[in-house]
Amino acid sequence: MLKVDKELCIGCGICEDACPFGAIQVENGLAVVGETCTLCGACVESCDVQALTLEIAEKHVQDDLQSWSGVWVFCEYRRGELAPVSLELLGIGRTLADRRGVKLGAVLLGYRLGETASRLIGHGADTVYLVDNESLNDFRDDCYSAVTTSLIRKYKPEIILAGATAIGRSFIPGVATDLNAGLTADCTRLEIREEDGALLQTRPAFGGNIMATIVCESSRPQMATVRSKVMKALEFDAARRGEIVVIDPPADLLQSRVRVLESVVGEAAKINIQEADILVSGGRGLETAKGFELLNKLADALGAKVSASRAVVDAGWIPYPHQVGQTGKTVAPKLYIACGISGAIQHVAGMQSAETIVAINRDANASIFNVADYGIVGDLYEIIPKLIAKIEERR
Amino acid sequence: MKIIVCMKQVPDAKDVRLDPVTNTLAREGVQSIMNPYDQHALEEAVRLKEAHAGEVVALTMGPPQAEEMLRQAISCGADSAVLVSDRAFAGADTWATAYTLEHALKTIGDFDLILCGKQAIDGDTAQVGPGLATRLGIPYLTCVQKIRESSASGLVAERMMDDGYDLVALEYPALLTVVKDINEPRVPSIKGKMKAKKAEIVRLSAADIKADPACIGLPGSPTKVVNVFPPPARGERSVLQGTLDEQIDQLVEKLVRYM
Repeated sequence: MLKVDKELCIGCGICEDACPFGAIQVENGLAVVGETCTLCGACVESCDVQALTLEIAEKHVQDDLQSWSGVWVFCEYRRGELAPVSLELLGIGRTLADRRGVKLGAVLLGYRLGETASRLIGHGADTVYLVDNESLNDFRDDCYSAVTTSLIRKYKPEIILAGATAIGRSFIPGVATDLNAGLTADCTRLEIREEDGALLQTRPAFGGNIMATIVCESSRPQMATVRSKVMKALEFDAARRGEIVVIDPPADLLQSRVRVLESVVGEAAKINIQEADILVSGGRGLETAKGFELLNKLADALGAKVSASRAVVDAGWIPYPHQVGQTGKTVAPKLYIACGISGAIQHVAGMQSAETIVAINRDANASIFNVADYGIVGDLYEIIPKLIAKIEERR
Repeated sequence: MKIIVCMKQVPDAKDVRLDPVTNTLAREGVQSIMNPYDQHALEEAVRLKEAHAGEVVALTMGPPQAEEMLRQAISCGADSAVLVSDRAFAGADTWATAYTLEHALKTIGDFDLILCGKQAIDGDTAQVGPGLATRLGIPYLTCVQKIRESSASGLVAERMMDDGYDLVALEYPALLTVVKDINEPRVPSIKGKMKAKKAEIVRLSAADIKADPACIGLPGSPTKVVNVFPPPARGERSVLQGTLDEQIDQLVEKLVRYM
């Protein structure tokens, strides 16, 4: 419960502004806490006179915390391919494992996995837990969850990372629930806390307006999902050595209550804007669906893919798999060129992790310029053709 | 057929603006709305009810003002609504929320199907749906974009994957989370609005659902927020100077390393 010390509170209203949830209001010179308070604590730190305190009931601490050891990465394999995010997670997983002085494990589920396990070792894993079974060919939440949960119970890793992919975001919450484990979605930074070795998980909240650092102090394992392109994979090193543990799960774990009748590769597979290094993105400023023809040319010149804001997807100018933002995809390319995008907060939430952001917009006051590294104010139909010509000259 | 729709009241994202001076959320005039994905879950539930007969119950955990959203749900076709509300739920993370909803569902009684939006737009975690299904021990599908066939005992649905979709069959009881492509939600009818006005919303407290105090709200949440801070300021935020051609030249210089 958030307590306001009536003696100390001076009714200054700083906490009102600090609250991301609009839960505090100053009434008659006193801060009053409303029902929407989530106990996030943002106000406590903002208060200059220490009038606010969070009173939290003692949490039950799991009694075998110390027996959980090691960092695990769930590696995703589908249609004969390893999801690139798996290797990125092995990169950060290696850093975390070294920091903790523990081993890095990789869990690989699927069918006909070939040499994938050795690849994972070359990219940083010390141990690969390999489950190669026909029942895991199709993705089914209950089987994936049951097999993964049983491995975690047996080997007790302290940290488990998974990609925030369609598959990861679907079955990992089931695993966390089964294990009574804390799970943090879409982390953008992962570190080890000095004093107790806990995993500090930082993620954007509230549409990217605030960053929140989250920790699971009193339970293990600590689980997190991470989006594509946020972490860096290590170079493959053929000299790296590791162990492959082949797991043959009991048949009951592979029983599913769902039947996959058909698995259809759609247009989305070709688009996959989350894997692109460069994105050329269009918004309402294009004025017409034809504007994307111009953006396609710019994308071709740069070897980029084309993405879009929600407004133009809703207008039917380009299909949904291209959409960047809170209700679309979150992307983190090396270069993001926003053309005629005003920069609504929901859009910015989906692209602000790009390394470099370029904005081209007619409106000098457009909020996209607040997040852009380089901005040009002007008519994109004049600017982009010139830009394409200059880029082609430089090639 | 009994269908439960789990929903959440969230701040209307289109009203949320960043104050350019303080870099904090400008909240004035921000309305609370039904989470947009949940509107699609509700619509799908009402369509299933219309096809197979039965009832639709809207369920939420939230503050007392979430009652407003539940009335909206009734105006859009839900038959009844349940508000699980208690100060003790404050600070619940997705684990504690799934625990609370599970206990609420057990209090409400039997059901065939639970529908949820794929995620709430304030937290964006997409964890409560799968968590709830796991707690209830029922199969689930996330990100359903289309229900192709349905009967009173089961359904066949398309669930979105990163590379396309999977066509999946399952029997009830089950839980689905849905994306917005699944349908176009209806606007409430006059009759629906009248019904919503008169409807009695069932209120359940932590004690009513027999929740263990150690498993709800902040104490029941394995995750804890230890720090909240504004996102790091990014980039040079520079609008290029000079004539348009000069600006384009400068830009190309900056972009050379990406070519």
